[in-house]
Amino acid sequence: MYKTWWKFLCIILLVYALVAGLLIKVPNLPILGETSRNLFYHVGMWSAMMVLFICSLVHSIRYLRTMNLKYDIAAKNYATVGIFFGLLGYATGAIWASYTWADPNNPAFQSFSAVAREPKLIGTAVALLIYFAYLILRDSINDLDKRARVSAVYNIFAFAMLFPTIFIIPRLLPSLHPGQEGNPALNFKDVSPQMRMVEYPAFIGWALLGVWIATLKIRINLLKEKSLLKK
Amino acid sequence: MLEVRQQYSFYGILLYIAATVFVLFLVIDEPEGNIWNGLFWVIQLFICINAVAKSFLQESRGRMLYFYSISSPVHFVLAKLLFNSVLMLLMSLISLLLFFALLGNPVQKISAFTGLVLLGGWSLSMVFTFLAAIAAKAQQNAAIMAILGFPIIVPQLMLLMKITNAAFNPDLTILWNDIALLVALDILVALLSVILFPFLWRD
Repeated sequence: MYKTWWKFLCIILLVYALVAGLLIKVPNLPILGETSRNLFYHVGMWSAMMVLFICSLVHSIRYLRTMNLKYDIAAKNYATVGIFFGLLGYATGAIWASYTWADPNNPAFQSFSAVAREPKLIGTAVALLIYFAYLILRDSINDLDKRARVSAVYNIFAFAMLFPTIFIIPRLLPSLHPGQEGNPALNFKDVSPQMRMVEYPAFIGWALLGVWIATLKIRINLLKEKSLLKK
Repeated sequence: MLEVRQQYSFYGILLYIAATVFVLFLVIDEPEGNIWNGLFWVIQLFICINAVAKSFLQESRGRMLYFYSISSPVHFVLAKLLFNSVLMLLMSLISLLLFFALLGNPVQKISAFTGLVLLGGWSLSMVFTFLAAIAAKAQQNAAIMAILGFPIIVPQLMLLMKITNAAFNPDLTILWNDIALLVALDILVALLSVILFPFLWRD
C-alpha cells in the first residue's frame, strides 16, 4: 500500500494516455469521426470502476476471514470510489452518445428512452444501484462489528449476482455498443493497432489512479478510526 | 414455522394477492400477452417480497436465540429456503389462477407456462429469503429489502420475461439454455446462502 513505484507508473501512463490519446491518428469512421478518442477516457472509467469493485469484494472476503475492521474500512472506500468512477463513466458516455446516438436536437437519432435500453447502461445501472444499496445498508446499522459483518455479506452476495447480470443481459437485448451485433455504422470491431497502443496503458492508468485515490481515503479513515482499531 | 404460529400473516398474503389482482382487474381489462406477462411478474415480485420478508423480519429476538440454541446456521437457512420455496410455489399457483380467472388467458402453452411460473417463483423466493436475512439485521427495516433486492433480481426477472414470452407466441420455442441458466443461478444463490449465512447468524 505504501510503495511508490506504481504511483509513478500511474502518472506516466495517464500523461501518456492524455497526450497520445489526443495526438495519434484515429481511423475516421462515419458518425464516429474523431470522437473515438473518447475510448481512452470513457472505457477507462469502466475499467477503473470494475477494478475498484473487485478490490472491495476482496476486502470484504478478507474481513469475514479475519474480522479485522481495517478491511471493512477498505471495502467501503473502494466501493465509494468505484461509484464515483461509475458516475464519471456515465458522464463521459453521455457526452460521447450525444455525438453518436442520441442528440435531442438531431431528429435523425433515436429517442433517449430507446438508447437507454442498452445492455451496458443497464448493467452499470444495476452495479451502481447495488453499491448505493450497500452504502445505505451500512448506514442503517449502528453497531460497528455488526455493520461490518452484514455489509460484507451483502457485498459478496451482490457481487456474485452482478456477474450474471453482466453475462446475461447482453444476450437478451440488442446493443449499440461495439463488440456485439448492433448499429453497423458503429461497429469498429477492429480498434486500430495504434489505438490499442494507447488503449491498454490508459485503462491500467485509470485503474491505478482509482486505487490510489481509494488508498488515500482508506488511510485518512484509518487515522480517524485509530482509537477504535487500537482497542 | 412462523406461518403456522401466526396464521393471520399467511391469510394476509392470500388477501394481498387477491386484492392486488382484483385492483388490476378493475383498472385494465384483458391486456395483451406481453403486458399480461409484465404485470404478472411484477405482481409476483411484490408478493414475494411480502411473503418472504416476514420469515425473518417478524421473528422476535428471543425466538431467534432459541433457534440459535437448537440448530446449526446451515440447517436453519436451508430450512428457511425450503419452507419459503414451498410457500412461494403455492402463492405463485394461486396468483396464476387468479390471473387466469380475472384478466383473461392469452397464454398459448399453459403447461409450460405453469412450469416456468413455479420455477420463477422458486428463484424469487431463494433470492429474497437471503436478502430478508440481511435486512432483518438492519433495524428491521422493510423498505431496505426493496433497495437491496431490486437491483439483484433484475437479471433473473429479465431472463424469466424472455423465457415466458415464448409461451405467449406459438411461433417461438422455449429455450432450454435459458432455463438451465436460471436453475444455475438458483443453485448459486443456495450455495452463497449456505456459505454466508453463518456470518450473519452470530450476534
